[in-house]
Amino acid sequence: MPETPESVDSTSLIHARGLTKKFGDLVAVDAIDFDVAPGESFGFLGPNGAGKTSTMRMIGCVSPMSGGTLRILGQDPERDGPAIRARLGVVPQQDTLDNELTVRENLLIYGRYFGLSREECAKRADDLLEFAQLTEKSDSQVEHLSGGMKRRLTIARSLINEPDLMLLDEPTTGLDPQARHLLWDRLYRLKQRGVTLVLTTHYMDEAEQLCDRLVVMDKAKIVAEGSPRSLIEQYSTREVTELRFPTGVQETLDGQLDGLAERVERLPDRVLLYADDGEAAVTASHARGLKPETVLVRRSTLEDVFLRLTGRSLID
Amino acid sequence: MSAGTATPPLTSTSSIAGIGRVFEHRFLSYRRTFRASIFSSFLTPLLFLTAMGVGLGGYVDASTQDALGGVPYLAFLAPGLLVATAMQAGSFESTFPIMGGLVWNRTFHAMYATPLTSRDIALGNLLWIAARLTLISTVFTAIIVLFGAALSPLVVFAIPVAVLTGLAFGAPIAAFSATQRTPDRFAAIFRFLITPLFIFSGTFFPVAGLPPFLQPLAWLTPLYHGVVLARGLSLGTFGTNPTPELAVVHLAILIGFIAVGTFAAIRTIGAKLVRG
Repeated sequence: MPETPESVDSTSLIHARGLTKKFGDLVAVDAIDFDVAPGESFGFLGPNGAGKTSTMRMIGCVSPMSGGTLRILGQDPERDGPAIRARLGVVPQQDTLDNELTVRENLLIYGRYFGLSREECAKRADDLLEFAQLTEKSDSQVEHLSGGMKRRLTIARSLINEPDLMLLDEPTTGLDPQARHLLWDRLYRLKQRGVTLVLTTHYMDEAEQLCDRLVVMDKAKIVAEGSPRSLIEQYSTREVTELRFPTGVQETLDGQLDGLAERVERLPDRVLLYADDGEAAVTASHARGLKPETVLVRRSTLEDVFLRLTGRSLID
Repeated sequence: MSAGTATPPLTSTSSIAGIGRVFEHRFLSYRRTFRASIFSSFLTPLLFLTAMGVGLGGYVDASTQDALGGVPYLAFLAPGLLVATAMQAGSFESTFPIMGGLVWNRTFHAMYATPLTSRDIALGNLLWIAARLTLISTVFTAIIVLFGAALSPLVVFAIPVAVLTGLAFGAPIAAFSATQRTPDRFAAIFRFLITPLFIFSGTFFPVAGLPPFLQPLAWLTPLYHGVVLARGLSLGTFGTNPTPELAVVHLAILIGFIAVGTFAAIRTIGAKLVRG
C-alpha cells in the first residue's frame, strides 16, 4: 500500500507501519506499527527471539525490510541508508570493537568513518573518554578491558558523530549488576541531555529505569504499548503476593487457590496472587489454611505485565 | 516524498573517501606489526634467491648450457619467485583478515553502522591488499637487482605485474572468504591450489617441462600469466617473448580475474553484512 505524505507524522524520528522482516519462511517481525518522538526514550521489551534485534537492524539501515513502511529521521532507509546512518549512534548487541587497537584509537578511527577531520576526532575522543570514565584506559588495548568497560567504550564510540538518534540493542546483557548500574547512569545522563534513545532489553528493571514508553514484543508482534507505569496499571494489579510451597505441595492445591485474588498465576516454583492489596491476599490464604513456606508481597513490575500478556516469563 | 523534517546528513560520503577510510583502518592496525612484517618481506626472498637461485642454480648452470635460453638459472628464477610470492601474500591477506572482520572481531560490521557502504568496505580492503603487495613486490624486486639477477631495467615493471597477479588471486579468494564462518577451508585453498601452483606454474622450471597434457592447465591460472610477463620484463626479452600481442592477452586475463573477483567480493561481503 503506497504511503501518502499526510500519514507520515512529521514529528516522528522513527515511523513504522506494517514493518515486516522475513528470513525465508520465518517471520521475524510481523507487521508492527510504532512511532518514536524526538527526545523520547523508547524501548522494545521482549524475550529472546521476539524480533527485537531484527527490528533494530532495520532501523539501523543495515538490514532491508521485507514489507511495510519505515521512515527514519524523515528519510527512506532503502534509498538513503548511508545518509541516515550518518546521524545514528549504534550500540550493537555483539561487540564490534577492534581488539587490536587501543581504546582511544577505536574512537578516532570510528570518527573517521563519519568523515570527521583528525583534529575533530581527537577533540571529541577526549570528551567521550571522560564521559565513559575511560580516560585512564585511553592507551590500553581493547582486548584487556572488562565487559563493562567495553560496553561503555561502545557507547562512547556511538556518540562520536553526535547522533540525533541512538540505537542500543541489549546494552547491558551479560554484565554484572555493578557494571549495569554504571551504564544505566551514563544512559540516563544522555537522556537528560535530550538524546533520543531506542533500546531493546529483556530486563524489566532496565526498561523501567530508562524507558519513557515501550512496546512489549512477543513472537514477532507488538502485544502492548505504553509507559511502564500505564502498562502495569492496565495489565496488572498494584501489588503481587508470591507464595512458595514446600516441594510437592503446590501440585496438590487444586481449587484451593481460586478466588484468593483478582487473578492467580501458577508458575513451576511459586504461586502469584494479583491483588491491589497484597496483605489482604495473604490473610485470605491463611484463612483457607494454606501453609506456604515463604510469603512475599511486592509491587507489580513489567515482568508481571509480560506474564499476563504472553503466559511466559521474560527470561527462560 | 517529502516528510518535512529531512535535513542534510552530517556528512555525505563520496565513495572514494569511504574507500580511503576503510584503508585507513587497515593501516592503523598494520602499524603494530609493521616492523616484523618488513623484516619477513626482506628475509623470504633473500632465503629463496640464495638457496634456489645461487645454490641450486650453480648445478643447473653447470649441467646445461641452453635449456633456459642461455640465461643463468638465478635470472630465470627471480621474476618467477617475485610473482609467486605476490600470489601467496595476496591469497593470505584475503583469507583470515576478511573473515575476521566479518566473523571474529566484526570490525566490518562496525564500519557498516556508519555512512560507509558494503562496497566501500570491500574495495577499501582490496586497495589495502594492493598496497601490501606493492610494498612486498618492491622490496623483492630491489633484492633481485642487488643479486644481479635482473638483466633489464624493465624489471621495474615486474612490480605492477606482481601486484596484479596477487590481486588476481586475492579478489576471488576474498569473495570466498566472506562466505565462510570458520577458517577450516582456508587450509585446503593453500594445500590444493596455492602450493601446487607455486611449484608447477613456471616459477622453478618452464611450463614446457610439464607433461604435454598438463601444459594447457597452466593457462587457466593467473600465476602462469604473471610469471611470463614478469620474466619477459626482467630478462629483457619482452617484445619477442612474450610478443606484444600475447602480453596483452596475459594482462587481460589477470585483469579479468581481478574484475570478476572484485565484483564477487562486493556481493559476498555485502550479503554477509546484511545478514549480520
